[in-house]
Amino acid sequence: MSSEWFVRIITEYWPMFIRGAGITLFISIIGTLIGSLIGLVIGVIRTVPVPERGAKRILLKVINGLLAAYIEFFRGTPMIVQAMVIFYGAAIAFDIHMNRLFAAIFVVSINTGAYMAEIVRGGIISVDKGQFEAAHAIGMNHIQTMTNVVLPQAIRNILPATGNEFVINIKDTSVLNVISVTELYFQTKSIAGNNFRYFEAFFIACIIYFIMTFTVTRILRYIERRMDGPETFTLNQMQVATPEDLLRLDQKTK
Amino acid sequence: MEKIIEVQHLNKRFGDNEVLKDINFSVHKGEVVCIIGSSGSGKSTLLRCINLLEKPTGGRIIYKGKNILDDKHNVYQYRQKLGMVFQQFNLFNNHNALSNCVVGQVKLLKRSRAEAEEVAMKYLRVVGMEQYIHAKPKQLSGGQKQRVAIARALSMEPDVMLFDEPTSALDPEMVGEVLKVMKELAESGLTMLVVTHEMGFAKEVSDRVVFMDQGVIAEEGPPEQIFNSPIQERTREFLKRTLNQ
Repeated sequence: MSSEWFVRIITEYWPMFIRGAGITLFISIIGTLIGSLIGLVIGVIRTVPVPERGAKRILLKVINGLLAAYIEFFRGTPMIVQAMVIFYGAAIAFDIHMNRLFAAIFVVSINTGAYMAEIVRGGIISVDKGQFEAAHAIGMNHIQTMTNVVLPQAIRNILPATGNEFVINIKDTSVLNVISVTELYFQTKSIAGNNFRYFEAFFIACIIYFIMTFTVTRILRYIERRMDGPETFTLNQMQVATPEDLLRLDQKTK
Repeated sequence: MEKIIEVQHLNKRFGDNEVLKDINFSVHKGEVVCIIGSSGSGKSTLLRCINLLEKPTGGRIIYKGKNILDDKHNVYQYRQKLGMVFQQFNLFNNHNALSNCVVGQVKLLKRSRAEAEEVAMKYLRVVGMEQYIHAKPKQLSGGQKQRVAIARALSMEPDVMLFDEPTSALDPEMVGEVLKVMKELAESGLTMLVVTHEMGFAKEVSDRVVFMDQGVIAEEGPPEQIFNSPIQERTREFLKRTLNQ
């Protein structure tokens, strides 16, 4: 080990590292976003109150059963195996030759979706029952209650868990090298192999991974604080109009 | 007088526990009805059955000539016509005071945002909270939250207001401000159905008092009758217990 090699690898291969890190970030951001959307939709469906009787009850039970199967299956098998099964399986069984990047995003999304579905369900359950009652009492149906009242609060509550998923995704996209996606781990492996300098190359990758996860954690913490707002309210004693008040007055006079 | 809500033979059981037994009563337009009784007598359950937060096990609830317990009846539209005020306030935590009063109008009554804000401001002024429109619920005291909750319900311009022990979760010094608002509303001719432990309020404000005991209406009548010369023995006992405290 010598510092020369670090310098050499960085100066020579920095574009490959950057590209790899870029692909890693891209897959994990898109995968986490799509996964969160899947999780939100499933979480909302799984919390629909089941009617006491009728066709709707049977339909809902069937849907809930299918969703539970999806969640259990994708939480219960490793992502590295899912990647192999989906990428090569689709090619053999259905003759679908997926773009590798697309396959990567697909695998990460449905995997994250399975975890997020449970996280969202937990987030919805954790919202005070009185919030549901107040929304129902005012005349909102399940969807309106969710979008206007419950989900905004649930999303705030699950933000730490979602950040966790995001960080896990940044790290776990490395397993996608098995389907030759050129993310950071794959790139590092080629760099290391070309020079027979495994420690130096992977140490650099290690630092890049850490910078990415650490930055993401900080950004999410900042968003959480922004969403929470101040604990106390100070009355505007001077009766100075806020910009919103001025805007409202402006609209009224038009 | 026009009946706004009529409850006929209402029954509610939780498992084997029969909480409401054959309840019959009605609320007329412009009337203030207070429901009193000890804890567990079923008064809150009755109120929650009326706006279907609890599903009654049997009986009928007649609103505008129709039984709203029919399967076909649109529950959501019916609830828009009943303003509910909870013991625990239940303000929408993700909305500020103004937005709490606006969101229902915009999403359900399809009012424009400008119109909804005007209506909301009108009622926030009624409850004396117009200075706090930008405050989030967690920044308000209990009494302030409850006043905003009253404004939120009023903003939907309901046919009748239901109050479920609105002052029971408040610190003693905040009970007054909420009761004052409710008294003003009662005097303005609003139809109100109030479940309460505030005997002074019930005596002074209501047109009619309903005393509930063990899931039945034990006695009902004008406040003078209930508080000064109750007919039933259990009404007398209940009042002796609560007023001597």
